[in-house]
Amino acid sequence: MSKILIIGATSTIAIATARLFASEGNDLYLVARNSEKLDIISTDLKTRGAASVHTKVLDMTDSEQHEDLIKECVDAMTGLDIVLVAHGTLPDQSDCQQSWDKTYKELDTNCLSILSLLTSCANYFEHERNGTIAVISSVAGDRGRQSNYIYGTAKGAVSIFMQGLRNRLHDSNVQVLTIKPGFVDTPMTKEFPKGPLWAKPETIAQGIIRAIKKKKEVVYLPWFWRFIMLVIMHIPEFIFKKLKL
Amino acid sequence: MSDSRYRSWGGYPRAEHEIHKLHWLTDSWPNYLNKPLLPFGNGRSYGDSCLNNDGILLDARGLDHFIHFDTESGILRCEAGVLLSEILELIVPKGWFLPVTPGTRFITVGGAIANDVHGKNHHRNGTFGRFVNQFELQRSDGTRLVCSPPENQEMYEATIGGLGLTGVILWAELRLQKIHTPHMNVESIRFSNLDEFFELSEESNDLFEYTVAWIDCLAKGDALGRGFFIRANHATELSSDPPRSPGRKPGFPVELPFSLLNSYTLKAFNLLYYNKQFLRRWQGTQHYEPFFYPLDGINHWNRMYGKAGFLQYQCVIPHEHGKEAVRNILNEISRARSGSFLSVLKVFGDISSPGMLSFPEPGITLALDFPNRYKKTFELLDNLDILLKNAGGRLYPAKDARMSADNFKHFYPNWEKFSQYIDPHFSSSFWRRVTV
Ligand SMILES: Cc1cc2nc3c(=O)[nH]c(=O)nc-3n(C[C@H](O)[C@H](O)[C@H](O)COP(=O)(O)OP(=O)(O)OC[C@H]3O[C@@H](n4cnc5c(N)ncnc54)[C@H](O)[C@@H]3O)c2cc1C
Ligand SMILES: NC(=O)c1ccc[n+]([C@@H]2O[C@H](COP(=O)([O-])OP(=O)(O)OC[C@H]3O[C@@H](n4cnc5c(N)ncnc54)[C@H](OP(=O)(O)O)[C@@H]3O)[C@@H](O)[C@H]2O)c1
Repeated sequence: MSKILIIGATSTIAIATARLFASEGNDLYLVARNSEKLDIISTDLKTRGAASVHTKVLDMTDSEQHEDLIKECVDAMTGLDIVLVAHGTLPDQSDCQQSWDKTYKELDTNCLSILSLLTSCANYFEHERNGTIAVISSVAGDRGRQSNYIYGTAKGAVSIFMQGLRNRLHDSNVQVLTIKPGFVDTPMTKEFPKGPLWAKPETIAQGIIRAIKKKKEVVYLPWFWRFIMLVIMHIPEFIFKKLKL
Repeated sequence: MSDSRYRSWGGYPRAEHEIHKLHWLTDSWPNYLNKPLLPFGNGRSYGDSCLNNDGILLDARGLDHFIHFDTESGILRCEAGVLLSEILELIVPKGWFLPVTPGTRFITVGGAIANDVHGKNHHRNGTFGRFVNQFELQRSDGTRLVCSPPENQEMYEATIGGLGLTGVILWAELRLQKIHTPHMNVESIRFSNLDEFFELSEESNDLFEYTVAWIDCLAKGDALGRGFFIRANHATELSSDPPRSPGRKPGFPVELPFSLLNSYTLKAFNLLYYNKQFLRRWQGTQHYEPFFYPLDGINHWNRMYGKAGFLQYQCVIPHEHGKEAVRNILNEISRARSGSFLSVLKVFGDISSPGMLSFPEPGITLALDFPNRYKKTFELLDNLDILLKNAGGRLYPAKDARMSADNFKHFYPNWEKFSQYIDPHFSSSFWRRVTV
């Protein structure tokens, strides 16, 4: 049985993943900023078989709390094996273009808060010489596009940070997993018309669990996004810059 | 929004909706102005009772959290968007089962209550609503009512079988049934006419928890009403060669532009089905999934009917005229040179439902489905209505897309009493159609 910390536990993808963790009888520590939703999820996961469910209300942009958060979590579960980071927002690109304040807030939520948390996590796992750090990044972080490069910047920075961490923690036996979903049907994307490329959060959740168990490093979910991104990454910049993407 | 999720199972009629998804019991609702609201579960109703053309659907499927499961007493509390399939995954390994389940497990608890669904054990357990201890109902004015037999009893009775019109069910508490294994001891017996069906029903009611029959609706004359009688009990001991739960399922990936079902395939299917069982009597053990949910084995099987969709016709006829009316209906279908792909026959018991508008009543129920051939199909079904009405029977709203307002009011004389409990901002395509 594993002791699992889930950050952004009210995220739809996180919930779907937590349900799979719960049905295997694991211990869970959930962090989210909305206490009512947290209560609903907590009873759901207990009913589905979680050995224990602890909760903490925290806005993840409150970086000063991160060090203590890890300590409290380790105390509550008497250990920690897996961290899954799932919180995030989808910035309004055009609003961000008009306002550095907005841009900064989005970068804080989608990038800085994660880098801060991972700093504490990495040190803990490095010391334990064991564990898994799994973070939901995005295919949007692979290449900047005019329609959402603020989001892309945040996700891209997270992916690069994770790459460095993976390199650093290799000798400490710590798995560092970057999860790159494509389009997922969740409240975050409720305004988008849905087509055949869209995946269900349950599908992404299964992919996350599989990637953790198989000790993967980077995973595109669903799998076909690896090929879509391969193509996108290979379009020469002088052509790419002219595309309406 | 033309999201393919917001259709009914029969694919007829089509409707345009504004969609509002509910995810949390704490969610607020859209500012509805002048558009009517209707909860939507998982769209497994066949006709238009889950549609609200030009209105707003409150998609309750996202209310999918469990609240409590007492493995000692078998009392389960969960939100109304939880699917029966999700409940089964949780409870079967712990030795519990649904007290009532329809022929598909992909329906929500809210949908099960709103249509007060029945199963193959109606003669033993009655309807789903009988096992609902309590639920919470949210009305459009913001009030929330916990409803149970002692508390808000009339709203409880109006909401069970209330077609989603009394408000949104947020969560419900159900009483489950104990089982010893996930397996079923099943017997399948071939019968050669309607009289034999009634004899088998009579002899099986006391000995078997589950009974149902499939009939070959293309058979005529002496063979009219021939088919298979299927009866079963939950297995109390694991057999030495336990059947396995089925894995990944095939499916219909897209809707076909035309119907795969025509008189040839229909004939072939019915003939094959009738003759698939070489022996007159087959006995064996089955996993509960293929036994209860044979059609769930093929994802989106409804798509084989093509764009025009299909119509279900499920009625119940009191015992007094049951046999004769079933015979007349089958004859009428064969006279119209029409046929039903799957025709199901079952005797309902006399346990009454708590619901004000619940469909089941003592008698015999017949369920048929017809590819939508527009005028031809509608004329046939109108003729069946006449036979049904004369025999004192009625139709199941969950499966209906076309009964007349006059007939509805005749079938459900309670409708006016029920109307008092409807939320003033709620309506459905079905309700507007049958109460004009
Ligand atoms: C293959 C198949 C076999 C079937 N077999 C049977 C059978 O054996 N017996 C039987 O009785 N039925 C049977 N049905 C019909 C089905 O069980 C019912 O139509 C059921 O109500 C569908 O539930 P749903 O969750 O899909 O709801 P929907 O079809 O989406 O909605 C059904 C009704 O429930 C209301 N509703 C949904 N959620 C809520 C909520 N949270 N609060 C209030 N109202 C709500 C809707 O407004 C609507 O009126 C079968 C259907 C199929 C496809
Ligand atoms: N959906 C997609 O298509 C897609 C694609 C690629 C990657 N992703 C990534 O997948 C992850 C999960 O997203 P989702 O699709 O599941 O969306 P979601 O259901 O909208 O979840 C996002 C969650 O992040 C939480 N959150 C936002 N800011 C927070 C903060 N400052 N502190 C704490 N929690 C905060 C939100 O909490 P509240 O409930 O309190 O608002 C919400 O629960 C995100 O990182 C997202 O970027 C999504």
